[in-house]
Amino acid sequence: MTDAVDLTCEFLGLRLPNPIILASGVIGTSAALMVRAAREGAGAVTAKSCGPGPRAGHPNPVAVDWGHGVINAIGLSNPGAVAEVALLADAQARLRSLGVPLIASVFGGTVEEFATVARIVSGADPDLIEVNVSCPNVADEFGTPFAASCADAAAVTEAVKVAAVGIPISLKLAPNVPSIGRIAAAVVEAGADAITAINTMPGMVINADAGRPVLSNRVGGLSGPALKPIALRCVAEVASAVEVPIIGTGGVMTGRDAAEMLMAGATAVGVGTAVWYRGVSVLGEIADELCAFLRGSDCAGLGDIRGRIFE
Amino acid sequence: MHRTYTVTEIRDENYRTKTLVLDRALIAKPGQFAMVWLPGVDERPFSIAAASPLTLTVVAVGPFSERLHQLGEGERLWVRGPLGQPFELPAQPSGKRLVMVGGGYGVAPLRFLAREALTANAAVEVCIGARTAADVLLAERLVMDGAVVRVMTEDGSRGGRGLVTAALEAAVLEARPASVYACGPVPMLEAVESRCLAHGLPYQLSWEARMRCGMGLCGTCEVHGRRREGWLACSDGPVSVS
Ligand SMILES: Cc1cc2nc3c(=O)[nH]c(=O)nc-3n(C[C@H](O)[C@H](O)[C@H](O)COP(=O)(O)OP(=O)(O)OC[C@H]3O[C@@H](n4cnc5c(N)ncnc54)[C@H](O)[C@@H]3O)c2cc1C
Ligand SMILES: Cc1cc2nc3c(=O)[nH]c(=O)nc-3n(C[C@H](O)[C@H](O)[C@H](O)COP(=O)(O)O)c2cc1C
Repeated sequence: MTDAVDLTCEFLGLRLPNPIILASGVIGTSAALMVRAAREGAGAVTAKSCGPGPRAGHPNPVAVDWGHGVINAIGLSNPGAVAEVALLADAQARLRSLGVPLIASVFGGTVEEFATVARIVSGADPDLIEVNVSCPNVADEFGTPFAASCADAAAVTEAVKVAAVGIPISLKLAPNVPSIGRIAAAVVEAGADAITAINTMPGMVINADAGRPVLSNRVGGLSGPALKPIALRCVAEVASAVEVPIIGTGGVMTGRDAAEMLMAGATAVGVGTAVWYRGVSVLGEIADELCAFLRGSDCAGLGDIRGRIFE
Repeated sequence: MHRTYTVTEIRDENYRTKTLVLDRALIAKPGQFAMVWLPGVDERPFSIAAASPLTLTVVAVGPFSERLHQLGEGERLWVRGPLGQPFELPAQPSGKRLVMVGGGYGVAPLRFLAREALTANAAVEVCIGARTAADVLLAERLVMDGAVVRVMTEDGSRGGRGLVTAALEAAVLEARPASVYACGPVPMLEAVESRCLAHGLPYQLSWEARMRCGMGLCGTCEVHGRRREGWLACSDGPVSVS
């Protein structure tokens, strides 16, 4: 048995105290909440996605637990890039003193909007900019997500890469494409420094008594336990297709799940919906459980299990 | 997931407040809430006014609460819950003096708490605040339950004239309570908190905020303030414990 397990996670030159990253859209709506996520043990925190202007999001119901996971269609509620940059700057100042990197998240309706938002949020000096080309819940307004096509995803990547002036970018991909590996290869070719995989899986939940979809938006994104096998498959495909680091996200509820994500080829692990099942403290708890798993497997660090399924 | 409930009884509590008694129970504690969904309309948080059978007390103040008032006996609504952290009674409530402070619909969850406390042989005093005599909620029912009730109205048309914190002050001076519980509008909660801090009393407050997911994910219901940084009313609350 090894006694000292090192959870430190090197990610694009950043040093995360552990590989557990708060996923975008879950409590990343204020500096106070992001600082709380860090204090509760996250190795990095991602802010809620922000776009060019303020958005209220969809009417209720916007999220429910349907039994094997959650479905949500929040509708990208955000204060707009100009207000967001102040929030991010406040968060960044406080997170730096905790040694926990900040990841901004941006979306837009056009390639130009993605670039504009990325340029504005760069002002807060986030450690990474995640590019959300994959939100499934705003198709009525924005049409098919950019993550559905290699050419569209690459065009957004090139524009954001220029706008982000030196800040590394991660493209957040969607699971519902014929080949996520091909999309990943296209965005890496276009300049993506990392890949976040995956966003939620589009779905619909109907209440039979009411005879209606439960979400006001009718469709939404599936997250939580039901998403894990889909996410593991996607991460493994991306890992086979590209060399860049991956934030493996989807259905991670425990340290064992996080270990599986690393084994599939992830460098770090996103956690979102687990906050519903286990509270905000789940972030540190998953890190502790991962540590215990590594210790029990005679591993000294993350490198000992990363990509293991390919050995 | 939402569960389907049918309205079995409707009680008029005052000119703009109705209590809806539903057809079955929801296992829940006082202070917890449920998201109530009317398909095609909206979904809003409501305190659990009684758990067995599930009971909601609704003040008609806008579109959604008015739609709930239009429901008739035999009609259905959909409920997701229970959600949130409940009020906690003292470990040994018997013989303890508990003071509760309610404004608006806030009296409804406090009555659920009061009934549990009275069953456990606590002495319960409820301070009810309202604009006018017509707005006073559940005072008679609380007296029948066995609580001591003090009423304050802003215009003095019933009970004392002034804010409900004056009744709290009087109750505290009469005999020191083991704990203070409050539910109502945010300015009332802040006033109750400052009185409790001044007297060095333990207190529990149930906070109101706009809620969307109700699951501690979306961040909408964050309560800002020095004493509660990064605090979500739906999952950390609605009850905060001093
Ligand atoms: C945890 C929690 C528990 C709640 N429990 C209850 C409950 O048991 N019973 C209940 O009736 N409501 C309760 N509410 C409030 C409820 O969720 C709705 O906000 C309320 O019904 C108003 O919705 P509406 O669409 O009818 O009106 P809106 O259009 O949303 O509001 C109309 C106007 O009334 C004001 N207002 C909102 N709520 C109230 C209120 N309760 N009293 C006076 N003015 C108000 C608003 O600020 C607005 O100006 C609770 C809220 C929370 C967060
Ligand atoms: C309530 C909610 C809101 C979300 N909002 C966003 C968002 O704004 N931007 C984004 O890129 N992903 C968003 N996501 C997706 C998550 O970041 C994550 O990719 C997905 O939920 C899968 O991980 P999980 O199973 O750990 O939640 C959201 C997810 C949830 C549940």
